[in-house]
Amino acid sequence: MLEAAWLIPAFPLVGFVLLVAFGRRLGDPVAGWLATLASAGAFASTLVVFVGLVGEEGERRFFIQHLFSWVAAGSFSVDAGLLVDPLAVTMCLFITGVGTLIHLYSIGYMHGDRNYSKFFVYLNLFVFSMLILVLGDNMLLTFLGWEGVGACSYLLISFWFTSEANASAGKKAFVTNRVGDFGFMLAMFLLFHEIGSIRYADILTRASTLSTFAATLAVVLLLLAAAGKSAQLPLYVWLPDAMAGPTPVSALIHAATMVTSGVFLLTRLNPVLAEADTWSRGLVAWIGAGTALFAATVALAQNDIKKVLAYSTVSQLGYLFLAVGVGGYVAAIFHMVTHAFFKALLFLGSGSVIHGMHDEQDMRRMGGLYKFMPLTGFTFIVGWLAIAGVFPFSGFWSKDEILLYAWNADEIGGKGLWVVGIVTAVLTAFYMTRQVILTFFGRTRFYDATGAEITEAWSARIDAVRQEMTAAEVARDKAAEAVGKATDDVAKRTEALEAARGEVRQANAAVATSNPADDGHDKLVKALDKAVKAVPKAEQALAKATDGVGTAEAGVLTATDELDAAVARLDELKARQPALPPLLVTARTSAPDVSEVEDNLPESYRHRQEYHPHESPATMTLPLMVLAVLAALGGLLNLPFTSRLKVLEHWLEPSLFGHEAELSASAATKWVLAALALGGALGAIVFSFRVYLRGRMRPETFEKPVFAHAWYVDDSYADFFGGPGRKLFDLAAWFDRTIVDGAVRGTATVLSGAGRYLRVAQPGFVRAYATFIGFGTVLVMAWFLVGRLYLRQ
Amino acid sequence: MIALVAQDTQTVALPGPPVVWSLLWPFLILAVGGVLLVTVTSVVPVLRGRSFPAAFTCLTALASGLSLIPVWQRVDRLDLVGGTIGSGTEGPRSLVSGAYAVDGFTVFVTGVICVSVFLTALLLDGYLRREGLDGPEWYVLMLMSASGGVLLASANDLIVSFLGLEILSIAAYVMAALHLRRAESQEAGFKYFVLGALASAFFLYGIALVYGATGSTTLQGIFAAGPNAAGLDPRTDSSLILAGMALLLVGFAFKVSAVPFHFWAPDVYQGAPSPVVAFMASGVKVAGFAGLARIFLYAFQPYWADWRPAIAALAVLSTIVGGLLALAQRNVKRMLAYSSINHAGFMLLAIHAAASPDDGGQRGAEALLFYLLAYTVMVTGTFGVATIVGGRGDGRHDLDDYRGLSRSNPLLAGVMAILLFSQAGVPFTSGFFAKFRVIGALASDGSYALGGAAMLAAVISAVLYLRIVVSMFLIDNGEAHEADHEAVDAVAGGRAAPEAEGDTLVEASPEASVLTSVRAPAPTALLAVCLAAAVTLVLGLLPDLGGGILSDAASALLLAG
Repeated sequence: MLEAAWLIPAFPLVGFVLLVAFGRRLGDPVAGWLATLASAGAFASTLVVFVGLVGEEGERRFFIQHLFSWVAAGSFSVDAGLLVDPLAVTMCLFITGVGTLIHLYSIGYMHGDRNYSKFFVYLNLFVFSMLILVLGDNMLLTFLGWEGVGACSYLLISFWFTSEANASAGKKAFVTNRVGDFGFMLAMFLLFHEIGSIRYADILTRASTLSTFAATLAVVLLLLAAAGKSAQLPLYVWLPDAMAGPTPVSALIHAATMVTSGVFLLTRLNPVLAEADTWSRGLVAWIGAGTALFAATVALAQNDIKKVLAYSTVSQLGYLFLAVGVGGYVAAIFHMVTHAFFKALLFLGSGSVIHGMHDEQDMRRMGGLYKFMPLTGFTFIVGWLAIAGVFPFSGFWSKDEILLYAWNADEIGGKGLWVVGIVTAVLTAFYMTRQVILTFFGRTRFYDATGAEITEAWSARIDAVRQEMTAAEVARDKAAEAVGKATDDVAKRTEALEAARGEVRQANAAVATSNPADDGHDKLVKALDKAVKAVPKAEQALAKATDGVGTAEAGVLTATDELDAAVARLDELKARQPALPPLLVTARTSAPDVSEVEDNLPESYRHRQEYHPHESPATMTLPLMVLAVLAALGGLLNLPFTSRLKVLEHWLEPSLFGHEAELSASAATKWVLAALALGGALGAIVFSFRVYLRGRMRPETFEKPVFAHAWYVDDSYADFFGGPGRKLFDLAAWFDRTIVDGAVRGTATVLSGAGRYLRVAQPGFVRAYATFIGFGTVLVMAWFLVGRLYLRQ
Repeated sequence: MIALVAQDTQTVALPGPPVVWSLLWPFLILAVGGVLLVTVTSVVPVLRGRSFPAAFTCLTALASGLSLIPVWQRVDRLDLVGGTIGSGTEGPRSLVSGAYAVDGFTVFVTGVICVSVFLTALLLDGYLRREGLDGPEWYVLMLMSASGGVLLASANDLIVSFLGLEILSIAAYVMAALHLRRAESQEAGFKYFVLGALASAFFLYGIALVYGATGSTTLQGIFAAGPNAAGLDPRTDSSLILAGMALLLVGFAFKVSAVPFHFWAPDVYQGAPSPVVAFMASGVKVAGFAGLARIFLYAFQPYWADWRPAIAALAVLSTIVGGLLALAQRNVKRMLAYSSINHAGFMLLAIHAAASPDDGGQRGAEALLFYLLAYTVMVTGTFGVATIVGGRGDGRHDLDDYRGLSRSNPLLAGVMAILLFSQAGVPFTSGFFAKFRVIGALASDGSYALGGAAMLAAVISAVLYLRIVVSMFLIDNGEAHEADHEAVDAVAGGRAAPEAEGDTLVEASPEASVLTSVRAPAPTALLAVCLAAAVTLVLGLLPDLGGGILSDAASALLLAG
């Protein structure tokens, strides 16, 4: 049955080829089902091989299937072959098993995406590469798989690469991983030089011939490689950014499988580690422990649901390195498997939440989702208990095992490692509880107005008052104008009255001087009457005009009052307007107060009131449930009570060549350590409940800015590359531009004659170049004539 | 080995050097083909059109390549007979009175040069049509240059080497300047010529010094005069020959554009017509490396401990400086020029390893040959894509001009991606195995420091290729201006991604004419780049070329040692 090994990678390869050829035509969802089938086929063949391997004797569980002669040039030859041993098959089982579930999940998750079939093309290619990585019987084949999974990772991170963030995250992953690859290749060549072969069969059996120095160097180089791929300090920076890709990708590649390949590599080459100096193993362990603690602190203060899981992954990978460093290979693989279960579960659960929440990823906007998505919620809780290390969930057993081995490793500061490990475990329980509470319990904050929305509403309201004020101002001005007019009118009327009175006086005089007997006398008398009559009229008009002034003045007063009132209201509103951050870290008990501005809230708020979080379709929840069962029961793989229950340990024995560290701790110590770990986890959970559900302490106490910014590591990288690094780069560019570059600036003189052009062109550059060549020649000459005498090999 | 062949020639009655014509065919076909082409096209004006010279050149390259098969079989068989180095003046591998040598190595290199000529001819065809240029002289010059390259690679005498070098170079100078309407092209030709002449002068002077020291110009003679044979102490008696060696190294370092003799390359690559650059970067460089390897690994073999550190220094400088300065570019042709300097460093490292007296020697020689082949194919293909994207006027070579290529011509973008990944050394491409073999050879030689430096350089230069790839596949318009620094920011982990303002997709491109040249490239050019990409992939999947060709050719190179 072992001969079926070649089928394992063949299935996803065929799936990949078929999807490349017909994927677009098959479309949504057939392409997804085809890919899932290919992955399931690989899982089935793995099972067959697994059964076959179980049937073999312990010693013979190391089977090499030769496929074809691949590079066979002269003195250097590499065959393509598969190495089937317990380690490889264990990896294959969870790669294909978890992989199939994630394929299944993606059918629903990616539904409706423009590049639906392309996504599955990459996914199948990834599974193929990953299987080549773990099954390859030589380092070169592993390296090809190593690069292949890397390439798929960048492609899938940048899957939606219309967005700059994704493309830049993909590039970051590419660049960081190149640094790691550098270590891998150097290690490969080093081992080739020392052992004369890059086949594992040779390296593993002949590792004891390695000199301590060579083995130590190899371990350090392998550590560099592994740190790149498995996101350890200081090369971890790409993994949190990789969360820009679709969630199933985060689950499959950036949590369960690819990121563990560094640990796989170190485990695979455990005989080399055994030959190395102790300090190099200590380095592995301490880098792992440091990463675990570091990432756990960062996870405390993240608000993006996937970022928490990303840092948590970095932290758990640190545990795996810690385990490898202290020689607990079984514990490392054990935790790798359980971690694959529960972290895939948590990622897929978060994907389900994001899906149901209309692409919301901020936990501050979640809360109380349990009632909307009970399946997701329930399975997520299982994952949480597993990662927090609560008895009897899988994480408890595997983490405990690692801590035990750490305690045991006295020659590299095991007690210190244990302390770091237990602190990390406590922090893990704390931040994971925080995540569960913020997401699934407490008040549903989804409908709440955000700070930005409230601020906007307040501004709208203030604007309304401001408009009232402007209106009042206009009214007052108008009233003032009316007063002016009325006053003018009074003046005019007064004049008219004076004129009328003057006329009466004139007419009186005229009547008095004229002879009554004259003909004109009557006329004059009549004129006098008329004049006398005009006076009261004018008097009346004046009185009216005076009244008008009064009215207008009263109007001014009212308008001024109104204006004052408006200004007062505005001031009062401004004073009352709450200063809010764009996104509220809302109190855990009550919604932000919007009663005053309810009418002014923007459209987005109204829209949200009509949308409801919902449970995801069955293709998504089914994998969740399967993974939940695995995450709960995964501990059964390696129960520590009796030797017979340590199934995984016996199973892996042929791959470890007796390099598993010996435990010297007494049974009592083991019980105490386990009790301490469990107690720490439970304490952290209770504490977290008090902080985040009961509100007994301010969350800011724990969510320090320094954590939120990941200790500013990313920023300082950016500062370095943007500052001194950038300067160096600019210097190179400047050098090229001004000293070296005669770059062709002649575009303006196109079509001018060659002779004229050559005069215009910078012949100075040619002279400068010639000078450089002369200098170079002098240097070479100096070497040959003088230097070699002193520096010759 | 070819001593047997030499016996056949006893029947030649005329006085003069014995010539084994049957082994000279590959060279003769190229040279005569060139002469024939210029003659025929000047006599028969009908044939002066565009199609005939291109087809003729392709066929000539093909014929020359095919004629290598019987030659290979002969030298191969002779190798099996197991000839050792004789003491006669001709040397066992030589023809034409010891001036010209044919063995597995030269056959291999000739084949690579033919590949370069073939692909470049396909590129030139489309280019000349697009630019509205005609005239068979482009092809004539290329065939001449190629024949010079073969001569340089096969020379068994320094004088013949010089002859080959000049034939190779002079034609290349003219080709660089041949786009008469582009001042850049003329400037490039001018610079190339002036500096090339300087390098040739060094080279010639080097020959004179070597002759002065050894009394011979044949490689055999120089080898025989080495300390092993004559019992000289290299520390006291060999200053003259060492000075000559230094000058020859300078001449070759110029030709293969190794730092610090590389200054001409970026300017010339940027200014010269793109298909010509494809040929200069592949055929011309390959010939230069072949000559360098032949002379240093054979004639100067006794002094290997003296010249090896110099080669190592040039190599490391080239890989690092080439990789770093490439990062600082925005012009893609210039970027590729620096990348070819970086590749030159790798090939020099292979020569370094090949000089190793133990197991690393064979592996180094194999690595060199594989690198030459892989490099020729991928660099011709890459400049082929640059030719197409350059558009009418051959001026669109800014990084931004590659933006959205995956939209406007997915095939071209895919091909370019394969070629660039290969140059970066990504697995499943020939470039990976090329670098892998070089570093492997260094490792088996124990030169870990050099191997480490090479890998570091490979890591640095990977970013540069990625920049172009990202540019091709990013279709958003918003971040157009960020493209410049994004590669560096990616390393830095660029904090917040720059806000893409306006998610509008790329608007109708400003210059529609350019798009047509990208959307509907000349079929021959497309064929050339597709072929290059296909070969790159095949070599990446089946890297041993079938049946030990590499190891046979490599051991021929090292037989002298």
